[in-house]
Order: sequence, then structure tokens, then C-alpha cells
Amino acid sequence: MKFKESFAGTLESGDILVRLLPSDKPGLTINLESTVAYQFGSQIKSVIKETLENLGIESAVVDVTDKGALDCTIRARVTAAAVRATGKDVWAD
Amino acid sequence: MERLRRTMMFVPGNNPGMMADAHIYGPDSIMLDLEDSVTMAEKDTARLLVYNALKSVDYGDTEMVVRINPLNTPYGKKDIEAVVKAGVDVIRMPKTETAEEVIEVEREIERVEKELGCVGRTKIMAAIESALGICNAYAIATASPRMMGIALGAEDYCANLKTQRTPDGDELRLARETIVVAARAAGIDALDTVYSNLNDMETFRKEVEFIHRLGFDGKSIINPRQIEVVNEVFAPTEKAIEKARTILAAIKEAEKKGSGVIAVNGKMVDRPVVIRAQRTIDLAIASGILKEEEVK
Repeated sequence: MKFKESFAGTLESGDILVRLLPSDKPGLTINLESTVAYQFGSQIKSVIKETLENLGIESAVVDVTDKGALDCTIRARVTAAAVRATGKDVWAD
Repeated sequence: MERLRRTMMFVPGNNPGMMADAHIYGPDSIMLDLEDSVTMAEKDTARLLVYNALKSVDYGDTEMVVRINPLNTPYGKKDIEAVVKAGVDVIRMPKTETAEEVIEVEREIERVEKELGCVGRTKIMAAIESALGICNAYAIATASPRMMGIALGAEDYCANLKTQRTPDGDELRLARETIVVAARAAGIDALDTVYSNLNDMETFRKEVEFIHRLGFDGKSIINPRQIEVVNEVFAPTEKAIEKARTILAAIKEAEKKGSGVIAVNGKMVDRPVVIRAQRTIDLAIASGILKEEEVK
């Protein structure tokens, strides 16, 4: 799927900043920066991966700065970045 | 017992930190906002944040409300789709001026509910924020069986009236009284506008006491610190509770004896008095002053 670079989220506490870029490699490359990377790193990556795959994005670079976001927030911000990148919304027009 | 709506706490829909914790402070309702507190550039992400929060966060018994953007903006239709799919309790319409606007929102809600197979689930409340809205308050309040409340939005209303807000609230007199009367005539709730000066809790309390006297069911609040004050003001006094218990006990006695009209302390007790007494007891139970078992 072709798309452009996009951002969603903020660096506020409880939030997550997501940068989505096209990748020349197959698969998702997730670069995670988080104060809880040790405890929750794989969980965060797993939520990002699941969200993008459900939206049909199987190849991308995802730069993520996490400030303690819950899974629902991660899903929201990643979906927003994907929608902004592809121009395809998840809601009917 | 009817649901209490003493406090409806505003939470901006683009603040995930606040949305996750808001219910911990114990407001009766939480209003997640997609409208005025969210910039145009962030409408898309706020909608997703609210959708995901509603689906995942356990808000317990708190009533969940979302203030959508009007249908005549690029955002309103998608807002309705998202929050109905997320299972919101109430959709709050901003700046409502006519009954027709309520019917249009209801139509859109029903379209999404039909897809999900849950027609009738979502309720509607309307914020009245203009002179025309006040003129049409009763029509708005009765525009749909889904209507559960009308609220006053003072800032936009005052701008529309071409006047300023003052501490005494003279400029809001008609609007407040109209909303209470229209809500009562329609059998729905009346909610007052926000008070935004968090550094003046004394004036806030006076305003809450005033709107309580006017007959409002509750107030929109913007900070957890305001919850306690509103709950205190809305809690019935010990004297009122005692009186209510006496009246209800006397009615029970009278019913057992088959007698219709009774007097308590020399005053005749008829239906409105009994209804008010029951409401006082319900409020006392909800405020935690009485336990349900105590009043059986």
C-alpha cells in the first residue's frame, strides 16, 4: 500500500507520538522509545503491529515515542497516523 | 430510581491521560468533547481517541456522553458513527436551535444503530447556546423520545445576546428559567452551564446553590474539584430527609387504613408533596446519606 509520511499524537503524559513512513523492506520496523520499554515494550509493539495489520499496512517504518499510553491510546494514535498517511478513513464519508 | 446527573464533567477528547482517569473522581456523567476543545487539525485523532477509550476503559456506572460536532460540519456524521459504534450512552448536540436539528441527528444515529442491530440504544441531549435555541427550548426538548436533557451553554449564548457574562448572572436569568421550565414540561433533565474560575470556589458554590433553587438537576463541571461542592449542595438536608421519611411513613399508614387524604403536622399531604418526599429519599440514598435498607 502506498502512503506518505504522517504523524499523530503528542508527548504529553499518557500519550504516544507516532511517526509513520513508507519502508523499502517488507514487514513493520518499529523503533520504540519508552520509559517503560523494559516492562511493556513487546506489548506496545504488538498493539502497533496488530493495529497496522488490521488496516492493511504490512510494510512501514514506525517511530514511536511513548509517554505511558494505554493500549486504547496506542490503537487510536496508530490508526490516526495510518489514516493520515493513506488518506483512507475508517469511517464512512 | 432515576439516574442522577448532578455533575457532568467535561473532558477534552484529545487528551488521553484525562480520558483514562476521569471516572475515578466520581462524576455522575463524563462528557468527552469532540467539539470546541479540539482544534480542526486534531478532529480526526480525537474521534479515534474517544472511540477507543469508550470501547476499552471501564467507566463503571458513570454515564458516558460525547459532544459531537454539528452535522453541518465535515466532522459530525463521522463523530456519530464512531461513538454509536463505541456504545456511548448519550450524544450531546452543541448549539441546538431547532427541533429539526434534533431529528436530523436522531436519523443519523438510527442509521448506525440499524447496522449494529441496537436501534434505540443511544440517547440525545441538546445544549442550547443562542437566543433562537431558548425560544425553541420546549420544541427541542420534545423533538425526540431519545431526548434525556437540555443544557445551557452560557458563553455562546451571551455572545449571541450581544452582552457580557457577569458574576450575578443577570444576563442568564431568562435562559436558565426557560431551560428548567422546558425540561420539566418535557419530562427530561435540565443542566446548567460551566463555571470556569477554579480559583473562586466561594462564588462557584453560590452559583450552584442558586441553580439548585431554580430547579436544575445538575451542572456541567470542568474540574474534579468542583464535584464535591455540587454533590454537597444537591444533597438533601437532615431536616428535609426527616420530613420526607415522616411523610412517606404517614402515607403508608394511611394506605393500610384505606384512607386517602392525610395531614402531617397539621399540613395536608397530597400527591406533589409525596412525589417530592420520595425524590428527597432517592437523592439521600444516591448521596450516600441513607442506605436503601433503612428506608424499606
